[in-house]
Amino acid sequence: MAAETSPPVSRAAAMFEGVPHEPGAKKPDPIVVADGVKRTFGGLVAVDVQHVEIQRGAITALIGPNGAGKTTFFNLLTCFDHADEGRWSFNGTDLTKMSASRVAKTGMIRTFQLTKVLAKLTVIENMRVGAAGQSGERLWKAMFPMFWRAEERANTEKADELLKRFLLDKKREDFAGSLSGGQRKLLEMARALMADPELVMLDEPMAGVNPALKQSLLGHVKSLREEGRTVLFVEHDMDMVRDISDWVIVMAQGQIVAEGPPDSVMSDQRVIDAYLGAHHDTELTFEAEEKILAEAEAELDELAAERGADIATEGEPDE
Amino acid sequence: MDFGSLFGQTIEQAFGPLAIVYCLAAIGLNVHFGYTGLLNFGQAAFMAVGGYAMASFVQTWGLSMWLGMLVGIGLTIVLALLLGIPTLRLRADYLAIVTIAAAEALRQTVGSVTLLEYFGGQDGRQGNFAREFRDLNPFDEGLTIGPVSWSANVFWVMVVGWALVALCCLIVWALMRSPWGRVLKAIREDEDAARSLGKNVYSYKMQSLIIGGIFGAFAGFIYGLSKNAVIPTDYATDTTFFAYTVLLVGGAARVFGPVVGAILFWGLISALSVFFTQATRSDLIPDSIMSNDQASLMRFIVLGLALMLLMIFRPQGIFGDRKELAIDGR
Repeated sequence: MAAETSPPVSRAAAMFEGVPHEPGAKKPDPIVVADGVKRTFGGLVAVDVQHVEIQRGAITALIGPNGAGKTTFFNLLTCFDHADEGRWSFNGTDLTKMSASRVAKTGMIRTFQLTKVLAKLTVIENMRVGAAGQSGERLWKAMFPMFWRAEERANTEKADELLKRFLLDKKREDFAGSLSGGQRKLLEMARALMADPELVMLDEPMAGVNPALKQSLLGHVKSLREEGRTVLFVEHDMDMVRDISDWVIVMAQGQIVAEGPPDSVMSDQRVIDAYLGAHHDTELTFEAEEKILAEAEAELDELAAERGADIATEGEPDE
Repeated sequence: MDFGSLFGQTIEQAFGPLAIVYCLAAIGLNVHFGYTGLLNFGQAAFMAVGGYAMASFVQTWGLSMWLGMLVGIGLTIVLALLLGIPTLRLRADYLAIVTIAAAEALRQTVGSVTLLEYFGGQDGRQGNFAREFRDLNPFDEGLTIGPVSWSANVFWVMVVGWALVALCCLIVWALMRSPWGRVLKAIREDEDAARSLGKNVYSYKMQSLIIGGIFGAFAGFIYGLSKNAVIPTDYATDTTFFAYTVLLVGGAARVFGPVVGAILFWGLISALSVFFTQATRSDLIPDSIMSNDQASLMRFIVLGLALMLLMIFRPQGIFGDRKELAIDGR
């Protein structure tokens, strides 16, 4: 990686060269491949994905309106929920019938939309739990510290480094439950990194995070890609999506409706109609807002006038 | 009012065999509920399995008591597996329902007429099944310090019992400071988070259920040995609830919580009982207010009140950390 001189963004862009901008597009080096994944809740089809591939080493965003099935799809991929149909694999390993904990062990670690910190454990303990393959987690070795003391020390060092990077080192000994919402997001992300995952799956990492913290979170996510990790995230914050993602997948009503680099996806008429809305990329000035408001009012008046006419005609006895 | 006997009986009970029984049962519940967050309302069943295996081996089948204890521990593991396999994958409340039902089912079964020849029906197993244990007693006389006095047999049970408590506390301490214990606490805080970090939640919960159950079986052994009897009514649901009380008084998820809780609980119950009995007898409380028969129930009323006050003013128990309790889990 050190030998390459080009900045990472263009390298990521180069990855997607020649990939068609259409749903289910084949990627040159996919880390996750899913086929025919379907999940229904009663009569509601929450997820119905024909084919999707996630490119290794890139930051992929999953966007879509509320209720599009993004989080459900996340849960299915990480085996926190069971699909009705379909197969998906990670690094060539079939995950379809795996338990959530084994999926995590294969190197695919997720975070949650509603942050899940271990409230009554200290921040550093939260971090230590995250480390994978600890021999001290086996019952017969747990009683005898000589089996796990060295490992614990190494894990603690690693945890401290990550805490420093995520600006949580001052909170080291505090209960995780005493952290603010944004700090919890940071802790959850840092904890996920303790296991050295190949693929990090972030479910709305920016929800409820203040603007200043958002900037540093963006930096953290980018640095994950620089470390050679793959990132897949669900997000409603379009600035973040535009800023850091190399590839965007759009879901609506359980299906993937568009794929492509951020710029092309965000100018796609279907995406604008289904999700973004016509004014998504124009910053509204006071005048423009007034104008839109006036237009809308005029439209309403027109409608009301029509209504009035309708009521008037209804009064006539011939119907 | 005889304060000497009030003090004497209080100390006798606070450190006596019954306190040890509830201490051990509460140590088991501490592993289940305090550290792993498993709501086991059937600790009495684990105690019954231990006690009955030990007593029936000697009295029904004429085998060694020590073998009975080993089999009792084995059966406790089987019981934990039977309870855990269907319920540990479900939400915590289901375990509570299943364990309380299983404990009652087990008690009714061993107390049934059909199995009279094996378990002695409602009379349970009484007789001298603790002989092998009592033969080992190195003490010729009991212990008497002022108004406090224990007989030789009781004192022997206490020595072994408190040694067992110390051993169990040591095991719990060693386990809970390890990464293994940390995973249990992580599961208590948030199962899904633990799962997302690659921990096999189901397996850890099962291990916790088994270990806590074995501590429960130890409680059953001491119970049987101290009374030289194993009776179905000793393993009713209130046994489990008393053990929970002991745990919460001392403070959950603290190694010494159950120890201090048990001493305080039995000391208080005994002190209240002696006080009200003597007070009604000596007309300190006149008959028009409370008769001698009613006095024996007063201890539970006052104890209940004391528990309410504890929960209001010190909800974390004696050893608990209030800050920890103030944290909202989600």
